[in-house]
Amino acid sequence: MKNYKTIVLSNQEISPGYYRMQILAPGYDAQARAGQFVMFRVQRSLPPLLRRPFGIFRTGFLAPDCDGMPPKEFIEIVYKVVGLGTEIMQDLHQGDQIELLGPLGRGFDLGPPDKEKILVGGGIGLVPLYMLAEKLENKAKSRLLMGGRTRDDIITVTEFERLGVQTYVSTEDGSLGEEGLVTQVLKRKLQKYPHATVYACGPMPMLDAVQRICADHNAPLQVSLEALMACGVGACLGCVVKGAGHSDETPRYLCTCKQGPVFNAEELDWRRLDEPQQDCGGCR
Amino acid sequence: MAEMKDQRKTTVQRPRMEVEFAGLRLRNPVMPASGTFGYGEEYSPFIDLNQLGAVVTKGLSLRPKAGNPTPRIAETTGGMLNAIGLQNVGVEAFISQKMPFLEQYHTPVIVNFFGNTAEEYAEVAARLNDVPNVAALEMNISCPNVKHGGIVFGTEPQAAHDVVSLVRKRLDKPLIVKLTPNVTDIRVTAKAVEDAGADAISLINTLTGMSVDVKTRRPRLANQIGGLSGPGIRPIAVRLTHQVVQTVKLPVIGIGGIFRAMDALEFLIVGARAVQVGTANFVDPNAMSQIITDLENFCIDEGIEDINDLIGTLQL
Repeated sequence: MKNYKTIVLSNQEISPGYYRMQILAPGYDAQARAGQFVMFRVQRSLPPLLRRPFGIFRTGFLAPDCDGMPPKEFIEIVYKVVGLGTEIMQDLHQGDQIELLGPLGRGFDLGPPDKEKILVGGGIGLVPLYMLAEKLENKAKSRLLMGGRTRDDIITVTEFERLGVQTYVSTEDGSLGEEGLVTQVLKRKLQKYPHATVYACGPMPMLDAVQRICADHNAPLQVSLEALMACGVGACLGCVVKGAGHSDETPRYLCTCKQGPVFNAEELDWRRLDEPQQDCGGCR
Repeated sequence: MAEMKDQRKTTVQRPRMEVEFAGLRLRNPVMPASGTFGYGEEYSPFIDLNQLGAVVTKGLSLRPKAGNPTPRIAETTGGMLNAIGLQNVGVEAFISQKMPFLEQYHTPVIVNFFGNTAEEYAEVAARLNDVPNVAALEMNISCPNVKHGGIVFGTEPQAAHDVVSLVRKRLDKPLIVKLTPNVTDIRVTAKAVEDAGADAISLINTLTGMSVDVKTRRPRLANQIGGLSGPGIRPIAVRLTHQVVQTVKLPVIGIGGIFRAMDALEFLIVGARAVQVGTANFVDPNAMSQIITDLENFCIDEGIEDINDLIGTLQL
């Protein structure tokens, strides 16, 4: 867990509105675990004021520029342009200075290698699943279900396939793969592999449906959550989610940045995850 | 080359950075603003707490507090809105679980606290008064008084006076009172707080604000309104600090949008004895360390031997 200034190695649009950025990142290959994230800051620019959290897509080494030089360690992040911060990021080029804080948070628990694994990713939620798939020892027993609204949301398919993971694509408009929701595919797969562990990342309604399906099948589930956050280290308390057993009398908030972003499904209060609640406000 | 460097080092006189006020002695005038630095531990991997003038904790209440529903934060141009809702572990858990970590350092611990009633304020203060390594308390009076229709203590000079007097009676440690800027004339509140027996004043707390998501047409915070912080509010904070310094005899701690040493200097020059750095910690966990270094370098460059020689030197 470090903070340092570094540079962009490449930044390319891989699907309409989705970018893949490679960043020089010493120390990450040895330290980062699947499911962890970084806080990214555009240098010499204000706005955006706050850093942005991004799941780590993968880590690796580039061949050195010339003989005798050590290989360059990098991380890759994949992001969707959704607002001010990512709009500025899409214009970054090779050599541009940025600041990186990480690796942060709790990653996925890989579990026993002989167990069936089902990975469920919706849109940009596919990002942390790549590093997870890469780290899973028994790829033949791992299946990846990719979901999106349209074909544009199905990103990095080739990369996943290259890992030797069986992939199943579904889109809501049927423009790629099966027409419908990724959760339909999950139901079928869980019937076929009832002892599988499920890993999911994607929009909240998808995670909610995945959680219900897994509960029905008694399948263990790990979810990676996304949240607005200012600090990434557990200080601002902006990114909290309600934990299991939460009530107004015995509040139990969990920091997505520190206690997550990966949670076991049973750690969370799914009934109340989005439910508003009144309290004192206006002050920090 | 190395030799030359060393030589230069010995010839440069390090300026005196120590500041003293309200019975506190700080190695430099830089400390975090409450709520932006957790309980210290959160930032310890990034910044040496021994470098800081003081550590200021997240605001504590008598009992643990859940805080507000999410979304709790929203970025704005040059700032951020927050409505965390004072989520905290409560004073007892702080003493047993958080204080031992802070006691490993040689940095004074200033504990921020609040209450829902005047009695609750006094009770928390009395409890913290018994904790030996707490150097001072900072009292957040920007909270609604639930017994009196939820009117914010800090916006009613009489209510501010009464709650500070009540706390004063139960507290021997230095008492810093943190003022809200959401008032017509902050000088009135500052005076009320001084008369009630405060040892120092810190300002400003966040400015109330609101932001709307134009697509959903809903407020961007679940709480609808929140507190605005960040570089955008700094000129307001400098103006208010100046006004309060001119009004009261108490030492003042300046807060509001400090991101760099130059920002901190503005507050010191208008007369603040110390500064608190808030939102900048979120953006750069190393911000305070950089500010301290740059303050020293500024003094060296300007030939200032003691940072106290800068305080209150505003030319009018």
